[in-house]
Amino acid sequence: MRRTLGALTASALILAPFLWLVVSSVSGQTDLLEHPLHWWPEHVTLSRYQEIFTGREGVAAQFRAAMVNSLIVGAGTVVVSVSVGILGGYALARLTFPLRRMALMSFLVTYMLPPIVLIIPLYLLMARFGLLDTKLGLIIVYCSLATPFALWTMSTFFGSLPVELEEAARVDGCTRLGALVRVILPLARPGIVATVLFVFLLCWDEFLYALIFTSTSDAKTIPVAIAEFTGRNAVDFGLIAAGGVLAALPPVLLAVVLQRHLLAGLTAGSLK
Amino acid sequence: MRKQAPLAAALLLPAALVVFGVVLWPAGRALVISFLDVDSPFPGAYPFVGLGNYADILTNPRFWAAAQHTLYFTVASTTLEVVLGLGLAHLLAAPMRFRWLFRAIVILPWALPTIVNGAMWRWILNAEYGALNALLTQLHLMDDYHSWLGADPFLALNMVVVADVWKNTSLVAFFLLAGLSAIPAELGEAARIDGAGSFRVFWRITLPLLRPTLAAVLVLRVIEAFKVFDIVYVMTGGGPASGTQTITFLTYLQAFSAQRFSYGAALAYLTVVAVLLLALIYLRLLRQQEMRAL
Repeated sequence: MRRTLGALTASALILAPFLWLVVSSVSGQTDLLEHPLHWWPEHVTLSRYQEIFTGREGVAAQFRAAMVNSLIVGAGTVVVSVSVGILGGYALARLTFPLRRMALMSFLVTYMLPPIVLIIPLYLLMARFGLLDTKLGLIIVYCSLATPFALWTMSTFFGSLPVELEEAARVDGCTRLGALVRVILPLARPGIVATVLFVFLLCWDEFLYALIFTSTSDAKTIPVAIAEFTGRNAVDFGLIAAGGVLAALPPVLLAVVLQRHLLAGLTAGSLK
Repeated sequence: MRKQAPLAAALLLPAALVVFGVVLWPAGRALVISFLDVDSPFPGAYPFVGLGNYADILTNPRFWAAAQHTLYFTVASTTLEVVLGLGLAHLLAAPMRFRWLFRAIVILPWALPTIVNGAMWRWILNAEYGALNALLTQLHLMDDYHSWLGADPFLALNMVVVADVWKNTSLVAFFLLAGLSAIPAELGEAARIDGAGSFRVFWRITLPLLRPTLAAVLVLRVIEAFKVFDIVYVMTGGGPASGTQTITFLTYLQAFSAQRFSYGAALAYLTVVAVLLLALIYLRLLRQQEMRAL
């Protein structure tokens, strides 16, 4: 009983702010500016969502462009860092070679480095090569966050799989790479799914790099667009709320549907 | 088994290239820049000033103010997150109806993008139209609308802490849940049979066994909180009266608004040193505790 009460209180505290964001996104502008405030709007409107999906110019269209950019940058980073992470993670987990421990530790240390340290030289470099405000440039810098992470989690996942299966495959005539592709990868699928998800969410959420490396709708990602419009005064908050709800949708849905994978990823990535 | 080194090298080469190119090279380059005086994004010969930038920073009161805000934010938010997360983890572990739904709800703040979280709280805390003002006045807990983010710097900093705690307690709770499920239930049951109450079971059995998980999540959160930037940027923009400026925020302002790239690089390196020190001190404390336990 006490536990149910606790769970209910916790749920209310968690849901209330988020529900208010959702309500704000469908409230008429006059409802939002009312004193005293009503908790349910008189005019319910989906116009802001419609605007974001179909608007040709203005804030709404910029939100849409930013979402598309976020998707492309996220997908690009996932492809690069997870493939690199699978290859390197396998070597770190299964092969014996000189300096193995040192390689492992150095990847871990790079994972801990605050992005703010890397950002100044990367900015100067990008400016020199004309990569500022491009999606490609953003994918490159996001690999600095994602690759050490992908390496680390993939090597933990590979390390947790029984060696015997792989040895059996090799006795049956598989090469090491053949065993990796035919035996290990299918077994490691939960780990790969979790890593893909984490890397994608990392990119979807990332703000500091995106703020500094992008400036127009060519490459601006969704967090930058939302932060920019939030900072302006006299802005339609309902529209930001709608943008926020849309930006929250992919990660929230992924997290809820793939809960178990995510939890496995959380503990494997950081506890061991 | 003998000839694994070439294969390992081949498999690790792409990773090494990426990590070297976008992590190690910039990290080294930032150190060099911090000893120069780079004041424009264009390539050129910039004067070597040695530790000049570091000396400038350490004698600047703005730096010490930012350090204070960062430290307060880190201590307040991680303490609250661990305490609340521990309670939440217990609730998540308890058998109950609709547990899947409860878990889905708790995962929501974690999945919500940081910037959306900041924008949401900024809206809720709005001085003229915010939901918190409306709620507190309608419940007659407050007579007038209050400026939560715009007037009192310390209040604003605490509001940033609230928003951060709302989002990150979930993560801590799920971490601790993983740790809790690894503790055999028989231990608690045996202690109960021997007459120990819930509180004693928690204090004497659960907490000591949970310590490695607690340590891991605490280190992780302290390091994350110490680098805080995005939530400050979107909620307060560092104000009011620079009262919510953190070290990363100050670095961003110096490097990218004032184009003092070298000063920024030196500031960033001070963050690295602080993070490393925190990790070392913490590991040391942990090891001492383990020695005492033996």
